[in-house]
Amino acid sequence: MMRDPKLYEFWPYIDRPKITWPNGARIAFWVAPNIEYYELDPPTNPQRKPWARPNPDVLHYAQRDYGNRAGHWRMMEAMDKYGVRGSISLSVALCQHHPEIIEACIERDWEFFSHGIYNTRYCYGMDEAQERAIIEDAIKTVDDATGQRIHGWLAPALTHTERTFDLLAEYGFKYTCDLFQDDQPQPIHVNKGRLISMPYSLEVNDVIAYNSYLMSPRRYGDVLKMQFDQLYEEGAESGTVMCIPLHAYLVGHPHRVGPFADALKYITSHEDVWVATAREIADYYYENYYAGICKLLGMTPGEERA
Amino acid sequence: MSLPADYLKYPWRRHGMDHDRYGFSNLFERKPVAWPNSARVALWIVPALEFFPLNPSGKPFKAPGSMVTPYPDFRHYTTRDYGNRVGIYRIFRVLDELKIPASVAFNSVVAERYPALLQEVTRRDWEVIAHGVDMDVLHYGGLDEAEEAGQITTSLEALRKASGQPVTGWLSPAKSESFATPDLLAAQGVEYVCDWVNDDMPYALNTASGSLHSMPHSTELSDRQILIDYHFSEDDYVEQVCDAFDCLYAESEKYGGRVLCLPVIPYITGLPYRIRAFRRALEYVLGHDGVWAATGSDILAAWRKAQA
Repeated sequence: MMRDPKLYEFWPYIDRPKITWPNGARIAFWVAPNIEYYELDPPTNPQRKPWARPNPDVLHYAQRDYGNRAGHWRMMEAMDKYGVRGSISLSVALCQHHPEIIEACIERDWEFFSHGIYNTRYCYGMDEAQERAIIEDAIKTVDDATGQRIHGWLAPALTHTERTFDLLAEYGFKYTCDLFQDDQPQPIHVNKGRLISMPYSLEVNDVIAYNSYLMSPRRYGDVLKMQFDQLYEEGAESGTVMCIPLHAYLVGHPHRVGPFADALKYITSHEDVWVATAREIADYYYENYYAGICKLLGMTPGEERA
Repeated sequence: MSLPADYLKYPWRRHGMDHDRYGFSNLFERKPVAWPNSARVALWIVPALEFFPLNPSGKPFKAPGSMVTPYPDFRHYTTRDYGNRVGIYRIFRVLDELKIPASVAFNSVVAERYPALLQEVTRRDWEVIAHGVDMDVLHYGGLDEAEEAGQITTSLEALRKASGQPVTGWLSPAKSESFATPDLLAAQGVEYVCDWVNDDMPYALNTASGSLHSMPHSTELSDRQILIDYHFSEDDYVEQVCDAFDCLYAESEKYGGRVLCLPVIPYITGLPYRIRAFRRALEYVLGHDGVWAATGSDILAAWRKAQA
């Protein structure tokens, strides 16, 4: 085990080169619905049990399933209303289980990225062949279902191995959402190719906000606005990224969707906000800033891999 | 180090669910349901009367509300009992004054220990829901099926006999089930179960033994979750219930009748400083046209009629 993973260079949040997003925007704003599938009777990973209770953990399974039956559609309606396309953190088996949801996302030109096969299958303890197998499975599954080559990764249930980021770069992924060290994209050290961290945020992730920080639905809406206000102000110096990571099984409940929609209304009513998907942000960053920032940080820019 | 090969096998990876208990359905693409008198939201109040033994086995886990301290935990034992002696009567009074019927979930042990409580429900012609035997007799994966069937029989027989009602609703203690629970319930004449919190409306479950429906008994809007698990204030409780109602009420215009379920635990909502918040939430809901306060079995019957 490593004491220091050496994922990236230290880079103080002062005097950074100015990033300007398209059309002079100062903040890139994206929304990441996690569309997940949790299994009723999954096998147990030796390092983490899938459920708190013995299978079938009907209560907690059904709480998750609520997102796909009910919550997703409310969340999507709120995003439609304010012109926000989602970048979906997808349990890719959902392509098989619920193509109805996938179709609705394709119709809206939403982006898909991988959140593993199921959110009840963890990477802890996988050997390299196994980790390659789930990456290849994710790429193929989403391509077959949507025609999109996925370029982003958020590990299933945030479970990783030491080699996760090297593999992602090797397979041509452009960004990872697994790292939380910054409010701007940043180059990541990888063996081959290139990879950036995309600001995703656990702090304003609805799971953390509601269930760890115990925020009320209206307070969560206020927190999203405060998060935006600060990043918007700082973005005038150098462009920032704000992400709202969501779970329809939480935010899609009748008492929660209203304050979330209010926050979207607030954010999208500002000038100079680039409402984008994660891939769009990554592409723009690679095209305009990646090489220069690598050089500034003493890193060798990696080549794009197919 | 690697994981067993089976860890990357996905036998249920297919269209629909990863089990045969029910099919996938988008809440917003269903035939709109018309409630009686063109009501828009059915209000379903479900108090639960529970018995927590002083010496729980905790098998396979302790249900929320169980004893906490080393034996004998009189502190929690009597706190829970407060609900069944005092708190529930405050809840009954609010419901009476607002003319709202309830579906009251009983551990069968409570009905046996406190027949007066059951009579409060039957004399009002409210519904009795079976809530298992007690809060330490759980249904769970790995429980012997014959033993589980016996637990269900014990609960249903006691409650049916004491209430004179058919008792067709079921709420598992701690919403915990085995893989067989719905099959066993349907085989014993249960028509709806409250454990599957994946929907805002009733829907049909598949069983090996007959018709069974899931009813949207809310965990997210339960007093336990909002006030105890999330530590929110009474004002927050009112705000969240009202916000949920507003959303459902608005949706009903386009998507048909909705259900607002408020589960209440007497040792939580029945406290002196909380009961008025419960009343305020209900008054807000009842202040709207088109609210139908009903029992679970009435709501299910209306829903089934609307499917025909």
